[in-house]
Amino acid sequence: MSYLDDKTPIPGTIMFDGQKSRMGYGLNKMCYSFNDESARNEFTADENAYCTKYKLSDEQKKAVKDRDIIALLELGGSIYYLAKFAGILKLNMQGIGALQTGLTLEEFKQKLVDAGK
Amino acid sequence: MAKIIGAVGSSHIPAIGLAIAKKQQQEPYWKGFFDGHIPIWNWLKEKKPDVAVVFYNDHGLEFFLDKKPTFSIGAAEEYISYDEGWGLATIPPIKGDPELSWHICNTLVEDEFDITICQELGVDHGLTVPMQLMFPNDPTYGGIKVIPVIINCELHPMPSPKRCYNLGQSIARAIQSYDQDLDVVIFGTGGLSHQLDGQNAGYINKEFDLMCLDKLVNDPEYLFKFSVRDIIENGGAQGIEFNMWMGMRGALPGKVEQLHFNYTIPISNTAAGTMLLSHE
Repeated sequence: MSYLDDKTPIPGTIMFDGQKSRMGYGLNKMCYSFNDESARNEFTADENAYCTKYKLSDEQKKAVKDRDIIALLELGGSIYYLAKFAGILKLNMQGIGALQTGLTLEEFKQKLVDAGK
Repeated sequence: MAKIIGAVGSSHIPAIGLAIAKKQQQEPYWKGFFDGHIPIWNWLKEKKPDVAVVFYNDHGLEFFLDKKPTFSIGAAEEYISYDEGWGLATIPPIKGDPELSWHICNTLVEDEFDITICQELGVDHGLTVPMQLMFPNDPTYGGIKVIPVIINCELHPMPSPKRCYNLGQSIARAIQSYDQDLDVVIFGTGGLSHQLDGQNAGYINKEFDLMCLDKLVNDPEYLFKFSVRDIIENGGAQGIEFNMWMGMRGALPGKVEQLHFNYTIPISNTAAGTMLLSHE
């Protein structure tokens, strides 16, 4: 019996498990390549060609193009790899947090501050 | 014989490395966090441990999803920090103690922990930020040697908090049976409650953190009842980095005293805990 056998959704949370990891393998592999500067430059020069090289699905390509982090997570992206994609977009973790929650950056930062009260 | 002299719990988030690079330690946002390390800096300078066993998680630098070990141990002469893709500066190489690493690996496998042994290991902010944090402005890190212990916090299934504690216990047995006079400190890094991904990004649970940290010091076995899912439900998706603290605590058998504690919300997207434990 694994804790993963409990399929009850955890609100606002996407569990990165075997199913997601299979679905997002190419996407995450592409983002893993962004550890290298040359790969980041190659992606920036022609995003669509770079996505094709890593065999992203059409849906994943669209989500990359739209900078839609929630869609990328649902399509198998892992936040640890997507963070490297976000770096190319000059977004830090709070920037990604704001994007995902539909808040402005200032609102998102305030949410974090409020958690300490 | 080698002996364990204490442990440090700390955050490892990249924003700390960026703040160090920008010399922001005394700015209002950061001051409480960095000043919360002064007793630890003093303790490390006084005790001068020879070796640090550092529990951390890799964040897609050394390991990819092609092979994802649950537990890995570094056994290299030195550990190199690499570009992680989003602008965190690399730091000077960190020395290892491969002889002690192999002794620990031999003991762990005998103890039925089927670890991955890494004779080359690129290290990311999970290890580099704690080194910068514990040894400020010191490119030699106080001359300390490290044994990296990496726990998978990225891909489910992940090991339970109890299992990570037991790993720490086994590492302690290995250290205490090592035939060299070394003083060893244990670093538990990461956490505390936080969530980076999904609509619940930005989630922090102060009450849960403070309960976990209190139990960690005084009654760690109480925390065995929590599954990985329980930790995520209460502490957020990346709150499972608390497993690193469980490993650290498991490596402190016998009498433990909390010498220092600090807790700050928020540091970047997390609640950041700082703890110093002495061990007899």
